[in-house]
Parts: sequence; C-alpha cells; structure tokens
Amino acid sequence: MTSMLKLENLEISFATNRGSLHAVKGVSLDIDAGESIGIVGESGSGKTVLSRASMGLLAPTATRTGTVTFDGKEISSLSREEVRETWGTGMAMIFQDPMTALNPVRRIGPQIMEGLTVRLGMSKADARKRAIELLGRVRIPDPEQALNKFPGQLSGGMRQRVMIAIALACNPKLLFADEPTTALDVTVQAQILQLLSELRKELNMSMVLVTHDLGVVAGHTDKIAVMYAGEVVEYATTKDLFARMRMPYTEALMKSIPRLSTPSGSRLPVIEGRLPDPTKPEPGCLFASRCPYAQEKCHTQHPDLTTDSDGHQYRCFFPLGAAQ
Amino acid sequence: MTTTFDGNTAHLRPSEQTLLQIKDLVVEFDLGGGRVVKAVSNVSLDLVEGETLSIVGESGCGKSTLGKAILQLPAPTSGSIVFQGTDITKLSKKDLRNVRPAMQMIFQDPVSSLDPRFPVSRAVEEPLKIWNRGNEMERSAKVDELLNSVGLDPALVRDRRPYEFSGGQCQRISIARALALEPKLLICDEPVSALDVSVQAQILNLLQDMKEAYGLTLIFISHDLAVVKAVSTRIMVMYLGKVCEIATPDELYSNPKHHYTSALVGSVPVPDPERKISATLLEGEPPSPLDPPSGCRFRTRCPAATELCATEEPMLRLAADGHYVACHHPRD
Repeated sequence: MTSMLKLENLEISFATNRGSLHAVKGVSLDIDAGESIGIVGESGSGKTVLSRASMGLLAPTATRTGTVTFDGKEISSLSREEVRETWGTGMAMIFQDPMTALNPVRRIGPQIMEGLTVRLGMSKADARKRAIELLGRVRIPDPEQALNKFPGQLSGGMRQRVMIAIALACNPKLLFADEPTTALDVTVQAQILQLLSELRKELNMSMVLVTHDLGVVAGHTDKIAVMYAGEVVEYATTKDLFARMRMPYTEALMKSIPRLSTPSGSRLPVIEGRLPDPTKPEPGCLFASRCPYAQEKCHTQHPDLTTDSDGHQYRCFFPLGAAQ
Repeated sequence: MTTTFDGNTAHLRPSEQTLLQIKDLVVEFDLGGGRVVKAVSNVSLDLVEGETLSIVGESGCGKSTLGKAILQLPAPTSGSIVFQGTDITKLSKKDLRNVRPAMQMIFQDPVSSLDPRFPVSRAVEEPLKIWNRGNEMERSAKVDELLNSVGLDPALVRDRRPYEFSGGQCQRISIARALALEPKLLICDEPVSALDVSVQAQILNLLQDMKEAYGLTLIFISHDLAVVKAVSTRIMVMYLGKVCEIATPDELYSNPKHHYTSALVGSVPVPDPERKISATLLEGEPPSPLDPPSGCRFRTRCPAATELCATEEPMLRLAADGHYVACHHPRD
C-alpha cells in the first residue's frame, strides 16, 4: 500500500500571552491509500489542531516542526498556492457544525459548484449536473430542488450531507471529518457515519475521522490513534485496540461512554480531574495525575511510545494486561 | 379525526400523588400566512416527587418546546399544567412569578447561557438578589456553598468569568445558579450533549447527587437514549409532537414496543468494532411538523405500517406493567 498521509514527529505550538502553548507533541502517524483512521481524544487533546496542520490550515500564530507528507509531497515545502491546489482535489474537510461552515446567504447549488468550476474548470452546466449527482449520492431527496435552497431551509443532518457533497465534489484522495456528527441527533449520526463509510469504500478514499467518542469510530475505521494532551498515547488497529487496550486512559475513556446496558440508577464511571495545563510542561506521564494505576515512576519520568511485536503502540510504563 | 381527551392519559397517575401533572398540552406557533406549526400536540405527563422523567426524541419532536412550555416560556396554547396543586396556566402574572423560583431550567450550551461579563459569583448570586434572599454576607456564603456542592472551589472560581472555564465547568456553574433558589423542579434541556463523553458522565453524576442533596424532581430532555439510561425513573419517547411510548428505563430498552423506540435504541453507537450495523437504522428524517402525516405520525418511516395507521391515530395504551405505547402494531 502507498502512504497517503505521513506525519513525522509533528510538533505544534501557539504563542499565547501565558507563554507557549504546546498543542501537538511529537506525533507520527501513517495513513495508507484507502485507509480510514480515527483520532480520538477529549477537548484540548490536540486532535483538531493535528488535522488542520495536516491540511496546511494552521493559524499564523502557530509554530510547526516535523514533517507532513501528503501523497509524496512535503506540505511545508509547498508555496501557499501549491497548498491551495491540494485542497478539494487532494484533501478535503468536513466540519462539526454544518450551519457555520456553509454560507447562510448563498444557495446550496453555487456552494457545491464553486469547487467544480474553480478547481476542475468545469462549465456551469456541467458543474450543475455534477452537483445534482453529488446530492443524490449523499442521499438528499429531490436533488434538483435542493440546489435552490438556502442552508437555513435544511435540517442539521441534511446540511451535513451538503457539506459532504462539497467535500467530495473534486474527488479528494483524503477526507478529514472533524467531529462530523457531534452536532447531530443519534439517529442521523448513525446515517451519516454509514454514508461516510460507504462513500469511502466506493471512491477508495482515505479518511481521518476526528471525534471524542470511541463509540463513533468503532465500526467505521481501520486504525485508531488515541490522543491525550497533545500526544498520541495509543495507536493500533481498531480491532486490536478494542480487544486489548493497553493504555489506562483509553480504558477510562471507554468506561465513561454511556451505554444502554448501564443499570438505571447507577453512577457512571468518570475520569477524575482535568487535562494538564498545556502551557506548563510536566515531567512525568501527562495522564499520571488522573490515572488509577499510577506509580511513583509515572510522576517523574515521561514514558516513550512503546511498540509491541504486533505493532500496537502505547505510552505507558505499566500497560494494562502486562505482567506486573 | 379529533383526539379524544381520555385517549392519551392512560399513563397518568392519580393527581394527588403528583408534583406536576400536565394534561392535553398543545403548543402552536403561528408562522403567518395561515400556517401554524403544532410543535407539541396533546401531550400529557406527570411526575411524582423525587422522580426523574426523561423526554427523548429527535430534533423537532417538540421536546424542548414542551420543557419550556412547562415553565410558561412561552405559555402553551392550551392544556393544563398543575404544579403542586395549582394550575399555573391560569395564574395571573404576579402569582406566576411567585411560583417561578420553584421551577428552574438548565440549558444545552452552558457557555452561552452564562453572561460573559459576569464573574461567576455574580451569576450565581443574581437569582438570590432578585428575590431579596438574605443580606450580602448571607448571599455570599450561599454562593460559596452552591459552588462547593457542584464541585468547584469558590476561592478559585468566584472572580473568574465564563470564558476562563471549560464547557463542563460552565455547566456546573449553570447548575449552581439554577439551584440558588432551592427549586422543586429542575428541567434539564440536553445538559450534556455539548460536552465530551468523559465530561458527560461527570455532569450526569452531579445531577444525581444534586437531586438527592436538594430533594429535586427532574425532567431530563435528550436525544440520546444511552445518556438517560442511568438517571431516569421513567422515559417518555416523543415523535413529531406526540408521545410514542412511556416506560421505566430497563423495560423500555429490553422490550421496546414502539418501532420508533426500537430504531432509537439501534442508533446508539456501540464501542465494539465487531458489532454489525443495526438493521433497524431509520431511513430519512422526520416529516415537516407543518404538515404531519395522518393517523400515526411515524407511519411514513415505520417498517410495520399498514392502512390502519394512515387512517386512525393510535392512542396510548397499557402494554405491560407501567409500560404504555401508542401503536396499532406494537412489537412483541
């Protein structure tokens, strides 16, 4: 398999008035063509910054080291224009809130056609045809009529379908989906995830699914990277991660998911405490203060990413399931 | 056909046992041009003191409108809301105002429901000030007590403003503010859907603790059946402004009678990659409430719909002990 996106030792920090904020710390990931990867973490874990950096969408206040290689090209070596060239045809992104991502005062049609005419040089008539086809593909009923609607006339789920149609318009090789279903109802969430999975297979596209919910990535990804406080703390195939999680943080995240099997009247397991302050580096494991298994070593030494013989990576001195 | 009043009240308990009893509540919005949306149509429900009733349904099913209508925000179009023995829809403005402290609400987006310019202490103190409770020192002590009880350190948070806090912490502040006047009834409108999974559990546990500590009765509005499982005494499922099913959580999940409930249960994401995608995944989206389907409102998406469903509206009836369903062809 060929590598579609390769992150090597990526570090991103922002200058703030409280000092340097280290948002992403030494992240290395590799996504093959046609592969789907889930990036899971809480708010503030750096998962969104990571995906934006991969697309070359970082704010000017950000400092970046390490490399991002997309389809054989190093993103930082490209000019602004060359990066723009990769958007749409190479990489595309869908965002959490489809209402604010769409232009509220433009009809759906022109918003989908824009990429087609600008990037692919299609005529207006061809672009319109393709837009109708795209809307059908994302299962919007009566696509021709939908072209003339404004975003405000559509439901949240329908707006997210329009976002997906826009992202897919120029046949990208890699799709970033940043919390694509967080703003949606549970029933619509299931539909959108199903749709993304089907389209990905149909178009043989790579996908990065960014979410805070392990339940969302379980059925829809090949690999999962769990992030905590800017670091990848566990990285494995989806099957392996759920079968044998090694990192106590992943376990805690898993336990906190509300489930239908939770007995009524019971207390839900929580992760006590909070994420460490990203402007104040800590010497030990970043999860140590919240970890139920933490020992002295965890507070003083920083664990490196360890790789098992089967390629399962984790950042812990005392991984789950290991002989103590 | 018209809805008969008695048809949808089978699930109500004797009124002398209840803290809140709502009968035949209708909320309509006039869109102008003769178009009227019936957001809540003929809903009845009741709450016994100390209970938690969860109202579950998709966007647009009327669950938030129902929650707000109970607080007369705005007042419902018709129907009765008997709270502690008084029908509050019939009260004068002044009398209604005196009832309000006993009924409070917390909202979905904790950051925007706090005034960004108010420090935390002022936000939590405001209800006490408006109602002239205690002098300045007593109020300040009460604010500290409230902040402590929601798990925030008063010394650290008192003088800070909402933007300095995470979503979960802002929700804690909102809860402290809602509890300031020691309400009987707390309506929580999607209180955790804007929060991370790991923080959701903290807030759900906190609400359970507060319920015990302050003797609250809760109405919990959510679109996610998994979220309400642990906290509810009863769950009511709504679709397009109507009640589909009411049962205790264990009964509802193990034995959903309504096809809509069963689809909702099937949509909950399960953290297990081996699990097959549910066959009961709902197609499409709810029809427009401007022009709801005749008969059973769910029939356009229901796998078991027959001709009867198009002509006759199903009424709530007893399916099992404490389990009521509005369906002509309930699941086995």
